[in-house]
Amino acid sequence: MKNFLFVLRHPPHEGAGIRESLDMVMTVAAFDQSVRVLFLDDGVFLLKLGQCPHNPNLKPTSPLFAALEIYDVEGLWVEQESLAERGLGLANLILPVQTIRREEIAFFLATADIVVAC
Amino acid sequence: MGVLHLVNRSPGESLALAQCLERACAGDAVLLLESGVYAVLKDSVFAPTRLVESMPRVAIHALAPDLAARGIAAEEVLAGVVLIDYVGFVELSVIHTPIISWN
Repeated sequence: MKNFLFVLRHPPHEGAGIRESLDMVMTVAAFDQSVRVLFLDDGVFLLKLGQCPHNPNLKPTSPLFAALEIYDVEGLWVEQESLAERGLGLANLILPVQTIRREEIAFFLATADIVVAC
Repeated sequence: MGVLHLVNRSPGESLALAQCLERACAGDAVLLLESGVYAVLKDSVFAPTRLVESMPRVAIHALAPDLAARGIAAEEVLAGVVLIDYVGFVELSVIHTPIISWN
């Protein structure tokens, strides 16, 4: 079994990127690999509470992450500094997540066999 | 009327807004749309200071449907930013010439 880490760094609604990334996450998880997802920088906006578009082409991205539990994804991790810099806290997110400090990221990356930057 | 500047990149990923504001002159208008709307988050470290400094010269607008799509509530928006809908976008396009996209 390999240890996969997916790093999401971009905000929602910029093309099909996030759906393709989640397809990858779910595919890897479906093959019983160890999967963690790390939200850095503008990637934290993917989990922002209250996404409510009137435009049907801009469906909220946050509920997609709720489905990851079903696939045994081991952890959703959010960098504290990325949240704080954007004026956000854990209360602004749609899901419970684990937090990590910026200084711990290097070690976190080093513990993965495969890192997929999305 | 002045120039309409369109900014559709997040200030957390792009210098587009900062670069735009350095060139905008008195009487111009800026419209934040798509990921550009993240600039209005009042507690963010990326853009609010720069926006507030520009407000006496340049009118700052943000597209409300793009805020809603990203879960940004009215109380999270920096004071002084004018929220507009698609009709307002058309009105800004009509009264300003030319229009430039900082993408």
